[in-house]
Amino acid sequence: MTAILFIEQVLNGLQFGVMLFLMAAGLTLVFGVMGLINLAHGSLYMVGAFAAAAVAGATGSFLLALAAALAASAAAGALVELLVIRRLYDRDHLDQVLATFALILIFSEGTRWVFGSFPLFLDIPDYLSGPVTLPGGIEYPLYRLTIILTGLIIAAGLFWLISRTRLGVRIRAGESDRQMIAALGVDISKLYTVVFALGAALAGLAGAMVGAIQSVQVGMGEPVLILAFVVIVIGGIGSIKGALIGAILVGLTDTLGGLLLPELFKLFMEASAASTTGSALASMLIYILMACVLIWKPQGLFGGQA
Amino acid sequence: MKMKTLFAAGCAAMLATAGLADDHKVKVGMITTLSGGGAGLGIDSRDGFLLAAKLAGADNLEIIVEDDQRKPDIAVQLADEMIQSEKVDVLTGIVWSNLAMAVVPAATAQGKFYLSTNAAPSMLAGKGCNPNYFSVSYQNDNLHEAAGAYVKNEGYSKPFILAPNYPAGQDSLTGFKRLYGGELAGEVYTKLGQTDYAAELAQIRASDADSIFFFLPGGMGISFLKQYADSGLDLPVVGPAFSFDQGILQAVGDAAMGVKNTSQWNKDIDNTANATFVKEFQAEYGRLPSLYAAQGYDTANLLLSAMDKADVSDADAFRAALKEADFDSVRGDFAFAANNHPVQDIYVREVIKEGEVFTNKIIGTALEDHANVYVDECEM
Amino acid sequence: MSRENLINAALLLGLAMVPLYAWAMDEPFTITLATRVAILALAGVGLNIALGLGGLVSLGHAAFFGVGGYAMGILASHAQSYTPLMEVPFLIEGTKSMPVIWITALAASALAALLIGVLSLRTSGVYFIMITLAFGQMFYFFAISWPAYGGEDGLSIYIRNDFPGLNTLDPIQFFGICFGLLLLALWLNARLARSPFGLALNAARQNAQRVETVGLSPFRLRLAAFVISGAITGLAGALFADLNRFVSPTMFSWQMSGEIMVFIILGGVGRLYGPVAGAALFITLEHFLGGLSEFWHIYLGALLLGVVLFARGGVIGLLAGRKVAHD
Repeated sequence: MTAILFIEQVLNGLQFGVMLFLMAAGLTLVFGVMGLINLAHGSLYMVGAFAAAAVAGATGSFLLALAAALAASAAAGALVELLVIRRLYDRDHLDQVLATFALILIFSEGTRWVFGSFPLFLDIPDYLSGPVTLPGGIEYPLYRLTIILTGLIIAAGLFWLISRTRLGVRIRAGESDRQMIAALGVDISKLYTVVFALGAALAGLAGAMVGAIQSVQVGMGEPVLILAFVVIVIGGIGSIKGALIGAILVGLTDTLGGLLLPELFKLFMEASAASTTGSALASMLIYILMACVLIWKPQGLFGGQA
Repeated sequence: MKMKTLFAAGCAAMLATAGLADDHKVKVGMITTLSGGGAGLGIDSRDGFLLAAKLAGADNLEIIVEDDQRKPDIAVQLADEMIQSEKVDVLTGIVWSNLAMAVVPAATAQGKFYLSTNAAPSMLAGKGCNPNYFSVSYQNDNLHEAAGAYVKNEGYSKPFILAPNYPAGQDSLTGFKRLYGGELAGEVYTKLGQTDYAAELAQIRASDADSIFFFLPGGMGISFLKQYADSGLDLPVVGPAFSFDQGILQAVGDAAMGVKNTSQWNKDIDNTANATFVKEFQAEYGRLPSLYAAQGYDTANLLLSAMDKADVSDADAFRAALKEADFDSVRGDFAFAANNHPVQDIYVREVIKEGEVFTNKIIGTALEDHANVYVDECEM
Repeated sequence: MSRENLINAALLLGLAMVPLYAWAMDEPFTITLATRVAILALAGVGLNIALGLGGLVSLGHAAFFGVGGYAMGILASHAQSYTPLMEVPFLIEGTKSMPVIWITALAASALAALLIGVLSLRTSGVYFIMITLAFGQMFYFFAISWPAYGGEDGLSIYIRNDFPGLNTLDPIQFFGICFGLLLLALWLNARLARSPFGLALNAARQNAQRVETVGLSPFRLRLAAFVISGAITGLAGALFADLNRFVSPTMFSWQMSGEIMVFIILGGVGRLYGPVAGAALFITLEHFLGGLSEFWHIYLGALLLGVVLFARGGVIGLLAGRKVAHD
């Protein structure tokens, strides 16, 4: 294995991690502020991807498609919050799990009803396609590099939003004491809708960006949702910083594990068997990582409350 | 789950000939995937099957269609229902190998006929073969073997091969290697359902591969091809038909252009049966037929040909009539090997664009009159 | 006898009478459906011990359901092919005997629950939900990529396993077995709830600190409940595999965990017979709603949402008309 391959895989892990962060950030915000566990977050990811594919198909513009993904998922998020989610804040986690599980069923079959059973087409725009050469002679797809940068910019933007803006002050206040901020005259229900829509928009953006290099289809959100849960458990619930570090940790573990484990097994096994055993173990690696973090720090790396 | 499509062509005619047709009536239970992920494949299988029944005007054929949701336990439940309550004579329609493994052994053990429109796992071709089980599509390894033969004939000497880490994926790479036989640049098993192939593409780039063979059905293949097109790699890509079939090809788009894939059917195979099928399918459903539709169509025609010759209540005669395969296949020549799997030509297709629609054209034949390696293992 | 008890009795009677009627009318498929209800209700009763008594919202119970299923699949497939399970250090043969398979399924899923429980019970609340979900998913991926027992294709068992003195291939007799085990689990659940252990567990759910001050460990109480719960769900998994004569990784899927939980909420949270009512309703809906529309999941979702938002007592709650004591 060469150094170039290794660096390239690290970049891939980073890109995967950044995407997971966009999913996990919304989940962790919603949990931190409203105390709600939302299984339907994966559906919002799917809504973003489908909206982008539909608009890209109609207009041919990738930027419009991204805007549509943001708008559609934020709108879907706000709508769901108004109709369903706000009735769940005072309920126990069991009710939240079941109600949002019900939302997954409705979203998934509803999307299939509107868009049909076949996957949709969404492609990378010409100006972002193809590889670029990085220092050291590494060829890397420009689009993936763009994803990494976009993700890091959004992460920076979120930190700024939470630490420097009025909305951020309210979010932090909401995290530490929900009754108090209502008493201070903040329109709490509006704040909740805004936070939920923000989380939804991030998920939708992730769905659209990933949709362009993967396939846009019903059920695409749930595998990512479960990974985002792993990220949050590792990073600590409610912590944006934890979500970022957890996401990158999971991204790197998954990518490098898939590369290194089969190689490791080849040292003492026959090639074909090493490949199957190695990849079987690699698929469990992030869960093992999660278990290790739990033994060491049950509240996650940066978790305080919960 | 229980979407019933009771289908009886020419109901009025049936009244007139009811007495006559009654003793040859055949009841078919079709279990296929109509909802959730992969529904497109089941819908095409069903539409192809129903089209053949309609064109034949068969008033002695009753078809019940139900949706298995791609879940093995639901498929088993439906099979129980069709055998126990509906008392069907023939079962068909399952798309996925794991569902077929759940349903077929039990169904044939109860004396029912099973005609496969798609799934044909090696277990059912070898040690687990059964005289009442017929695969009309292929044996699962066939298209992969053909790809191996094609890669060898084209003179590639270092293919990089990859497939998901599950039984069909392992069979795929084994099948490829069986007829390729040469050296590999790399062999990788990916996670089932994996959608990001950046790591594998980096491995391909780092290897000295001169071609790529992959088997990644459904959304996995779409993701792989799009990411491959964007990776800057420029190697010849070969795969089995699944990732390049009519239903899925539009979602892959330009990334699939020029890719070679192996299939036992294409819409440009030149024979009357195929021309009629392609024309009527488009007229009936307003879209181009897929491989799965062709397989469903052939399955129905095989069944109809056997019904003309024998009564289903005489199982031995009906079985012999099925085995003769005396029908006009859209693939041209078609016969059954000793283990009830097809002997047929397998073609190499290339993805092209006709107007705005992506489709395939045949560019050569990978294997002629090809059967499968499990024939000798099958004792029946 | 309270109204709820009447409803519960009617429910059990109904579940027993429907297959008997179908047997008399010679409609074996209805018996199969009723058997499915009994088995899924058993899985729900298992989860209900963790969820209802212990307040542990586990979204990973499919792991135990699947472990139970694979216990059956592995033992029976070895018996089917006459190959021993292992020879070193000592010989273990496969078996087709249901009681042996049940004990293995109970033990294996209890062990899995112990491992998952020890790790995930270090946390609580929403962490616990996510972690159990993630561990369930780990089992799923392992089952898919582990080639020895069929991987994603699963394992087919051609003939149902044996129970001494009964013909298990006869649908009504197999239903009897499943129904009997369901009754046993319901009885156990009721006994547990009234036992000192159950009372302490309930107290730990409401106020963990108070339990600690009287010298009991909430962690151990919860772990015990989680293990019992996992074991019963595992037993249901073994029966489910026998019903289908087939096991596959889909038994481990997180949707399965979701569905088991749905049975409880449809029937009514915190009610002993909730899973029975819920499973019966779910299977009935699946059977008839599925006949009306390809998109029946939308209606199922809407119904579920309605129950969660507006009818917390579930079906039993609606019929009994009395709120149950559950926070």
